[in-house]
Amino acid sequence: MINFIPELEARGNPSTTMNFLVPVIAVILTVITGSIIFALMGFDPMFALHTFFISPISNSYGISELLVKATPLALIAVGLAFCFKNNLYNIGAEGQLTMGAVVGGGIGILFYDTSGIWILPLMIIGGAIGGALWGLIPAILKVKFNTNEILTSLMLVYIALLILDYLVVGPWKDPQGYSFPKTRQFGDSGRMPLLFSGLRVHFGIIIALIGVFASWFIFSKTMLGYQLKVTGYSPIASRYAGFNQNNLVYIAFIFSGAFAGIAGLGEVSGPIGLLYRDISPNYGFTAIIVAFLGRLHPIGIIFASLVIALTYLGAEDAQLFMQIPAAVGFVFQGLVLFYLLGTELLVNFKIVFRKNI
Amino acid sequence: MNIDVLLGVIQIILIATTPLVFAAIGELVTEKTGVLNLGVEGMMLVGAVTAFVTLVITGSYVLAFIVSILSGALMSGLFAYLVLILMSNQVATGLALTIFGIGLSSMIGKQYIGTPIQGLNPYFFVILSFIIVFLVGYFFYKTKLGLIFRAVGESHNSSHALGYSVIKVRLMGILFGGCMCALAGSYMSICYAPMWQENMTAGRGWIALALVVFATWKPGRILIGAYIFGGVSIIQMNLQAWGVNLPGQFFNMAPYLATMIVLIIISSNRLRIKLSAPASLTIPFFKGR
Amino acid sequence: MDNLILKIDNISKSFPRVKANKNISFNIRRNTVHALLGENGAGKSTFVKILYGLLKPDEGKMIFNDNVLNVQSPSEARQRKIGMVFQHFSLFDSLTVRENLILGIDNDMSFSNLQKNVNEISKKYELPLDLDAPINTLSAGQKQRVEIVRILLQDPELLIMDEPTSVLTPQEVESLFKTLNTLLKEGRTILYITHKLEEVINLCDEVTILRDGSVIESSKLENETAESLATKMLGKKLSEIKTDYKHIKDKNNLKAENLSINFNDPFFTDLKQISFNVREGEIFGIAGVAGNGQSELMNLLTGEGIDGVSGSLVYNEVDIKNFNPKKRRDLSIAFVPENRLGHSAVPELTLSENILISQFPNNNFLSNGMINHRNIDLQAKKVIEQFNVVTPGTDAKASSLSGGNLQKFVIGREILTNPKLLIISHPTWGIDAGAEHAIRNSLIELAKNGTSIIVISQDLDELFEISHRISVIFNGKLSKSYETRNISVSEIGLLMGGQGID
Repeated sequence: MINFIPELEARGNPSTTMNFLVPVIAVILTVITGSIIFALMGFDPMFALHTFFISPISNSYGISELLVKATPLALIAVGLAFCFKNNLYNIGAEGQLTMGAVVGGGIGILFYDTSGIWILPLMIIGGAIGGALWGLIPAILKVKFNTNEILTSLMLVYIALLILDYLVVGPWKDPQGYSFPKTRQFGDSGRMPLLFSGLRVHFGIIIALIGVFASWFIFSKTMLGYQLKVTGYSPIASRYAGFNQNNLVYIAFIFSGAFAGIAGLGEVSGPIGLLYRDISPNYGFTAIIVAFLGRLHPIGIIFASLVIALTYLGAEDAQLFMQIPAAVGFVFQGLVLFYLLGTELLVNFKIVFRKNI
Repeated sequence: MNIDVLLGVIQIILIATTPLVFAAIGELVTEKTGVLNLGVEGMMLVGAVTAFVTLVITGSYVLAFIVSILSGALMSGLFAYLVLILMSNQVATGLALTIFGIGLSSMIGKQYIGTPIQGLNPYFFVILSFIIVFLVGYFFYKTKLGLIFRAVGESHNSSHALGYSVIKVRLMGILFGGCMCALAGSYMSICYAPMWQENMTAGRGWIALALVVFATWKPGRILIGAYIFGGVSIIQMNLQAWGVNLPGQFFNMAPYLATMIVLIIISSNRLRIKLSAPASLTIPFFKGR
Repeated sequence: MDNLILKIDNISKSFPRVKANKNISFNIRRNTVHALLGENGAGKSTFVKILYGLLKPDEGKMIFNDNVLNVQSPSEARQRKIGMVFQHFSLFDSLTVRENLILGIDNDMSFSNLQKNVNEISKKYELPLDLDAPINTLSAGQKQRVEIVRILLQDPELLIMDEPTSVLTPQEVESLFKTLNTLLKEGRTILYITHKLEEVINLCDEVTILRDGSVIESSKLENETAESLATKMLGKKLSEIKTDYKHIKDKNNLKAENLSINFNDPFFTDLKQISFNVREGEIFGIAGVAGNGQSELMNLLTGEGIDGVSGSLVYNEVDIKNFNPKKRRDLSIAFVPENRLGHSAVPELTLSENILISQFPNNNFLSNGMINHRNIDLQAKKVIEQFNVVTPGTDAKASSLSGGNLQKFVIGREILTNPKLLIISHPTWGIDAGAEHAIRNSLIELAKNGTSIIVISQDLDELFEISHRISVIFNGKLSKSYETRNISVSEIGLLMGGQGID
């Protein structure tokens, strides 16, 4: 009889093959579980899987939508890697995203009837600053007051959402908007240019790719990235090397916040074009899953963002064609993270199921 | 302000903060054994929806609460398997539990949104929450098993050296936490609201986590912390009525700001945290070392 | 029931990289104090863990009170009447004395019975205890009292004491010995694990000496002296290398005066008024059994643990005691700590990447904050070639190297920066003979070129082979220094055992 409690044998070295395989295994297990769930709900599993995973990307519009969703996910996840690699749990990316949208979007509203090629870059910078400052708050609290960053960054999410809410129904409300809570539209200069006519994929994806490249560059080529890596792997070695660990906390959160802020700005100046309450369907939290699924590696994150973006689209299609609530997307996202976390130990341990004596 | 108004305010506070008390006391027991479970919000929502749906389908309140608590046990059991046996990262696993719980609860409850039910009188649960807090305190400080729980949280290595099963103790702590969170959710959907709405806990799970820190992991203080938060919320709701002229959103921020301020004050006394926090919190236990 | 309370027969235990216990066999006579003597790494703690049920032996058996002893857990051991007082107390800091006592006993004792029993024991053995005090408010001596009372509550026949005096003041030690004598008079047996020779001579009746996992000797103490014990404990005679003193300049590179740190933590050894000096070209050895303040001293010298230090540490006429590691490297001071993986090298990084951990002035590894991968790669290659590091290449992860090769790499990395001062702790611990030899030679060469070297080690052979002068650290204090050509191994062994350091 097979024991449910596996015995673990430590490997001599972490297995690189497993490092690549683990996310793949997690995705496969998720798909299998998903088909079981669909079957239990009375759907034909093949039809359900097709609706969920295949049909959303079966045409060019679908692929464009995939990229539109993957863009903020990849950008935020790549920023989160700065924190996670350093054992800093930044759960507040949703708030940093929001504040980036607020600051950058605020600039867009300010210049709504001006045109100029400098407006969009200014908004992007504003987005970065908004997100970075918001991310700096939990960092300062951690360094100066020893406060756990999980709860502080999370509380700041709710506060940021309330600030957005206030602005959108209050001082920034669209004078012609009747009672719908939204701001004016940004001017044309404040919008992310579309890449292909008729499709919603926009310049933000280029920014995301730049962000991914920048993160890769920093981690593999610069001393800063090196210090972050070493501190994450071994704080004792970091002390031996003489690195300033407090500064590294600040820097990690600044990068993380800035990337999330730019992603937030990208969302409002790209597909949306103005500020309103629901600018993000939980991207800040889902990006955490993307970061883990991508094993904190830039290339992995790109693939992971596509997979998770697909769960958003699949959920929408499931709602349309199968009358399942769109929240099924969250179920899949939770599942893939569970499987990833559960299989992660295969990197460092071999599993042996011994027979019960 | 006369005595009737005061009593009325106290009543409102008690009823409104009871879910926080349940969730926080549950998480406190979990953390006391050295495990951090961030899945509180997810477990509360699943508890809320399963209770509601069971009630609508069967009409039995008793069954509703039983199913709800079982769902909490299942979800926390999944968490326990991952972090205790597969030794996964506790923070990430807890987050996954919350995200999964939010999605699962929305799916289960979708067709029941807006279904009316006959709400239950909340007073039974308010009193139950007091009793549970008292029992947890008694358990920890007056029984040997409770002492073992505290010892495991303090030093899993020493506990193991003395011959206690760290995994069994932590499993019990995690399951209790899950049941309590589910109970908190079911209270909300059946007594407090009473209805089902997506995401109806609105972040209470996270505030419950902060409450555990505020209480420096001592059960009695959970009550104090919860009622302070309740008080802040009531004041916030009434400030506008009392003529203080700030936009509503800033009042809504009050609980979150208050949580942050409390966390900062408590954490900044590093010595106190070092002495009160279960020393093995979030550190996974490797038996072979 | 014969005279032998415990018979140990061929106990062996291996771990992935080392055989910790090799065919251990000896007997313990009833109602004696039996010493288990040996250095760090000799195998004492592994053996004791087997006896107490925390580990299973690979081979061999033990007979306790004429019955086979096969315990699977500490509580089983306690039920067989074996009790253990741990060196690093198994106590729970934030709990009270009463709560700690309850946790250590297996049968359910009501609170009032507990109070009664504790009071009786406290009186009988002169071990007063305040049941309500939290453990973290107690001194080391009081904590030990709690541990002792805890096992006495279960009325053990055999008491195992693991390095009991390592954290005690002299008065507390006296008090402990009184208690042990009382226990003996009652007919109990004590297994006393230690590295302190004086205690063995003063307190114990018989001794078993362990070295490198094997029993060297097991006999009555009447025929032994401290010197003979020291020699047996420490091993083979020193080799005939003549240390070369000719090149030492008379200039002081480093001068330490009255360095002290008070940690207020029983797991750290306070450093008390440490003074020494090292001249240009000189190799200065600091000998001592682990646990006497070496790591604390090392951290002080590298800059990794300098909170609350007083005294002065003068290098090139500057007091550097408050400098962090990077600032010390800027002054051309290099250091190699005892632990490699996770301290002087990051296991998940490649050898090239590990070059960057310690950066010295005038290195060409960075330009404008960007890493010059080619240069660190070249440097890694240099280290690998010159120090014969066996590895597939510079892109091998540090965790894939054997202990000896990784140490060669780390030492080579530091030596190639041409430091003026090198501080190194336990350089050849856990390393094969070939690598040992290479490392020692490179240190000698380095000194000949004018570098001052401080070597902290437990290995007297090594220290006598390479150092010019030697001091002993014991309980946080440093003895005066002796030229190695003028002193013998056993004299140093005595100092290491505590004799002669006030």
